[in-house]
Amino acid sequence: MRDELQKRVVKGPDGVEFEVEPLKDYYCEAPPAEHPPAYLKIVEDLFNWARSQSLWILGFGTGCGAIEMRPLMTPRFDAYRYGVQWRPTPRQSNLFIISGYLSVKTLKRVIRSYEQMQNPKYVVGLGSCTINGGMYWDSYNTIKRLDDYLPVDLYIAGCMPRPEALLAGFETLKHIIREGKAEGANLYARNFDWYKANQKKVIHDWDMPDYNW
Amino acid sequence: MDFDWMKIPYALLTLFIVVNYGMLQNALIAKIGARVGRRRGIPIWQNYADLIKNYSIRSSITHGVMYYLGPVFRLSGGVGLLLFVPSLYGSEMFSNLSFAGDLILALYFIFFGTLGMALGAAESGHPYAAIGITRGLQQVSAAELPMALAVFSVALQYQTLSVTEIVAAQQGGFQNWTLFTNPLAVAAAMLSFLGSMMRPPFDVVLAPQEIPIGPPTEYHSSYLALMQTNRAIFPIAKIVIYMNLFFGGATIWPEFFLKVFLIYMVSVLVGVVHPRFRVEQSIRWFLVWAVPIGILSIVLV
Ligand code: SF4
Repeated sequence: MRDELQKRVVKGPDGVEFEVEPLKDYYCEAPPAEHPPAYLKIVEDLFNWARSQSLWILGFGTGCGAIEMRPLMTPRFDAYRYGVQWRPTPRQSNLFIISGYLSVKTLKRVIRSYEQMQNPKYVVGLGSCTINGGMYWDSYNTIKRLDDYLPVDLYIAGCMPRPEALLAGFETLKHIIREGKAEGANLYARNFDWYKANQKKVIHDWDMPDYNW
Repeated sequence: MDFDWMKIPYALLTLFIVVNYGMLQNALIAKIGARVGRRRGIPIWQNYADLIKNYSIRSSITHGVMYYLGPVFRLSGGVGLLLFVPSLYGSEMFSNLSFAGDLILALYFIFFGTLGMALGAAESGHPYAAIGITRGLQQVSAAELPMALAVFSVALQYQTLSVTEIVAAQQGGFQNWTLFTNPLAVAAAMLSFLGSMMRPPFDVVLAPQEIPIGPPTEYHSSYLALMQTNRAIFPIAKIVIYMNLFFGGATIWPEFFLKVFLIYMVSVLVGVVHPRFRVEQSIRWFLVWAVPIGILSIVLV
């Protein structure tokens, strides 16, 4: 456990000393809960339509594939016209694109960011590295199957996939969402222990709280 | 005081019209911005999809009471601003809850949302939110100064603090508009207008690149949706004030829509061709260019 997460006594600016226990004070201790679709089917369909038409991507690039996301903002591809946009904060985004190989070090940050996103949230694995390790299949430092660590909704294969492939991927993802099949967040909550065990198997220096929200 | 209860549904109708108009206009403006960058831009109904999506997010996290109240304050600032000034002059239905001293109240409401936001975002504990809020408050205070001066100048000119009376004094041809009877006040107010619309060159508060979107960093789901609703209402409400004070008000909805759109376009046109100011630059800019014009306008009245 890192130092700043230890229990300690701090002195406030007004001279009062008080005890801080970061894991208790700053983080939630409850495991994630499942939030099943709560409304009538027709309402849920409307919501799913809205979710599919408003994909907010977390601006977080992990591997070489991240470079393929940038052209999507330019006049040539202009993903905005499909209702896709980039958000700088995990709280507001609902789509996490793992853009390529994921080193163990990055995996930690990815998990933290993913857990801070709010319930209907989707993960897209971009490039062959997220499917089976790709050309890093024998690397000591990257994960091989993204699906073991986070619930993936869609893979876009290729090394590396062109921006057009990404656009096609978004359209497919929209179909999945509209059919109500993109329930990755609930899957994660249901199999939380399994995912945590897998994550801890590769991350040896686990120095963060188990629940990051 | 006898209160006409029919005013409430009428006010709600105004609110409904303005929310929808605001959402469509924001999308249109985003499209215009995109066209300047040679993109196609978002679909015109994108804001509705975003809004429904944010309301439909299933989980949310709170950081405390003030965090929760921030967006509420902000929304009530926008709604209050809208409802206490007449949207349409001379219309029984859409003059809303305006009364004799509403000009002062309107000035207060413009500031109200920012303050609520400051408290709320500070409670989220995110450093980016704190930076965004400091920048926001500094800039809004500086931008508010010329606006206040212009408003006083107009109030002196017409010898009243009621928006309705100010509009009434401007009827009968555009040569009666404040724009022509008191051009200096309008100039000062329009410069201040640029600063409060959150568009370049004064959009450092949201700064999507360096301080990821500033104050709302930690806001999500319904909180964010409330703020989005306010984003549709607030600019319109603010422009309604400008329209009433300086551009002769509006008597029918088409005139309202056209005038609001044109006034909004001023800030858009300035925005798309100018790079961003830093906070100290924009404050200096307001103090050097806008405030003297405002003072001059008061002196000349
Ligand atoms: S799939 Fe290819 S392009 Fe993508 S991250 Fe792996 S090696 Fe790089």
